[in-house]
Amino acid sequence: MTRTPMTRTIEPHPALPVHHGDPFGHEVLEDPAAFHGELREAGPVVHLARYDVYAMARYAEVHAALRDWQSFESGAGVGLSNFRTEPPWRPPSLLLESDPPRHDAPRRVLSGLLAPRALRRLREQWRSAAADLVDDLLARGPEFDAVPALAEAFPLRVFPDAVGIPDEGRENLLPYGEFLFNAFGPHNDLVAAGAPRAGDLAAWVNAQCRREVLAEGGFGAQIWAAADRGEITPDQAPLVVRSLLSAGVDTTVHGLGAVLHAVATFPEQWRRLREQPHLARVAFDEAVRWASPVQTFFRTATTDVRVGDAVVPAGKKILMFLASANRDPGRWDDPAAFDLSRDPSGHVGFGFGIHQCVGQHVARLEAESLLTALAERVASIEVAGPVVRHHNNTMRALGSLPLRVRPA
Amino acid sequence: MSAVQEDVVTLRVAAKEVASDGVVVLTLRHPDGARLPDWAPGAHVDLILPTGAVRQYSLCGDRFDAFRYRVGVLREPDGRGGSAYVHDVLAVGDTVGVGGPRNHFPLVPSERYLFVAGGIGITPLLPMVRQADALDADWTLVYGGRTRASMAFLDELAAHGDRVHLVPEDECGRIDLPRWLADPQPDVAVYCCGPGPLLDAVERACAHWRPHALRTERFVAKEQGAPVRDEPFEVELARTGRSVTVTPGRTVLEAVRSVGVDVLSSCRQGTCGTCETDVLEGLPDHRDSILDDADRAANDCMFVCVSRSRTDRLVLDL
Ligand code: FES
Repeated sequence: MTRTPMTRTIEPHPALPVHHGDPFGHEVLEDPAAFHGELREAGPVVHLARYDVYAMARYAEVHAALRDWQSFESGAGVGLSNFRTEPPWRPPSLLLESDPPRHDAPRRVLSGLLAPRALRRLREQWRSAAADLVDDLLARGPEFDAVPALAEAFPLRVFPDAVGIPDEGRENLLPYGEFLFNAFGPHNDLVAAGAPRAGDLAAWVNAQCRREVLAEGGFGAQIWAAADRGEITPDQAPLVVRSLLSAGVDTTVHGLGAVLHAVATFPEQWRRLREQPHLARVAFDEAVRWASPVQTFFRTATTDVRVGDAVVPAGKKILMFLASANRDPGRWDDPAAFDLSRDPSGHVGFGFGIHQCVGQHVARLEAESLLTALAERVASIEVAGPVVRHHNNTMRALGSLPLRVRPA
Repeated sequence: MSAVQEDVVTLRVAAKEVASDGVVVLTLRHPDGARLPDWAPGAHVDLILPTGAVRQYSLCGDRFDAFRYRVGVLREPDGRGGSAYVHDVLAVGDTVGVGGPRNHFPLVPSERYLFVAGGIGITPLLPMVRQADALDADWTLVYGGRTRASMAFLDELAAHGDRVHLVPEDECGRIDLPRWLADPQPDVAVYCCGPGPLLDAVERACAHWRPHALRTERFVAKEQGAPVRDEPFEVELARTGRSVTVTPGRTVLEAVRSVGVDVLSSCRQGTCGTCETDVLEGLPDHRDSILDDADRAANDCMFVCVSRSRTDRLVLDL
């Protein structure tokens, strides 16, 4: 095409920056920082050629897109798979994988149940559970692997009880979450490794969501009570319970792993936390910003969406890099530092907008309980051996975190 | 205290239209064109008028439009001046404070709905019928008003054909509640908003329906009997560590404020939900128009602008 020399035409679709890397490859999962930096550098929207999806990695765009549920829907799935064209591996979540208006009632019920007010009755219980756990652990010596000993042990001790599921079979919770969060990515080796057990794990989880299985007074029974009041339908109740069991375990485990890793890596911050124990909550949110236990989620464009100079075409998947947004130097000073003097508010580690993690208060209460118990008993924490990453398509996880502590 | 202004934004009146005799419709936008907080059908906002008056109005626009709020305002001849100000003074380009949105009247999922509106009570129901439509639910709206000319949004409703039953009182008399409500339907959710007498009548007419079948919203406080106790009681503020005695002539809200603790409030009549406070100990004497029986029985929150105490002592999370 020829252009008249007198006018400058503006390209309707200026060439998008393209990246050929694999966000779900082992190299990136081991250490995503460089990859995230490249994406942020490349532009507000980048085309990921390998999967033909779009990527947002800067804070401003990620934050704006998370709020804009009208343009970026969740109902087509928040993984790579597009539910409009491919059948989901399990019935979609009524919370994570749905949009208004269908999203309203399940969200409303859960957020009422998991509101700080409602959690008050758990505070004392969880404090003493944390104290017991830490006492037992310290009695066994000053060195331990914090992943199984604390990060996994504490949520598994308190959360399934709070939901009200039976003791039997609880060992299925972590592998179920592990598979679920892998399944948001491509069908790579991580998914293949979990696939043989996925059906059985899903069947077990579904079986825990039935009314007759759930203990009186727990979150599960309260979800069914909401169905009795007509706030959700009886068909929705088990799926809402499933959301708790899917999203309430692994994420917290990795959040706790992140905060323990952070305080062991930044010893002056641990000193600070001991002097000002009320900083426990700040510490957890700062760790969620710093490590982003949930690294990424997809959205799907409902229409052609203009972002900066680029257009994301209708129906295309967009990968939102929460982790990268949480370390965008355009938003945070010295983003790689774990710093309790920073106000981490506004981080997108719990998402943002109508899909913002509905269980965040539960996670904070777990973290506060555990950190408080540790701060009372432990003068210093240091990393005592190689920190091993655990690769998952969605979560930033630790396989092993050897710590050495000096009792107070 | 900054908490008082926490969820208030200043919005500009982008349009003001007469929707019927006595009703104007305001469109509000952010002066910078920013997104407004999300809402769902049944939500209301506080309008904080330049005179300082605070009034609650249901959002009746399109929730998928993140940039505009729409509210319908009825001129209330014996009101406290808020609606007259909106009708007579407030002009396009003026700004108002907007608090919320809050939702005490959410649309629960159901295959079938019966919506009953009286007068300006149509406003929260308008986005509900649109949503019921979007979800392919089966729904019926019965909408009563004084006269056809006083009934707002008839054009919009006309698109729904015979799902909408208009009952102008001067032509057809009052809504025939027994016709609509005598036979309880197991799978119908009934939503009603309108003047107090209509709400009372619908509540009576639904008394034999299953629990929770009926959901209502009141903008005028429900008639309340006498308080359970007429002696003073103690209110302890757990977070502040103070206590204050509430005498019969004083609200808990006033008492709490007198010791320097601010609680957000707006309607001061137990209808808007702004002053909701967590109760840690003691049994409140609920005198609001918001909580249903189950919420009341939980005794874990109260609306301190109107509610009182059944026990000698209440411990509040303040
Ligand atoms: S101020 Fe409106 S309910 Fe109390």
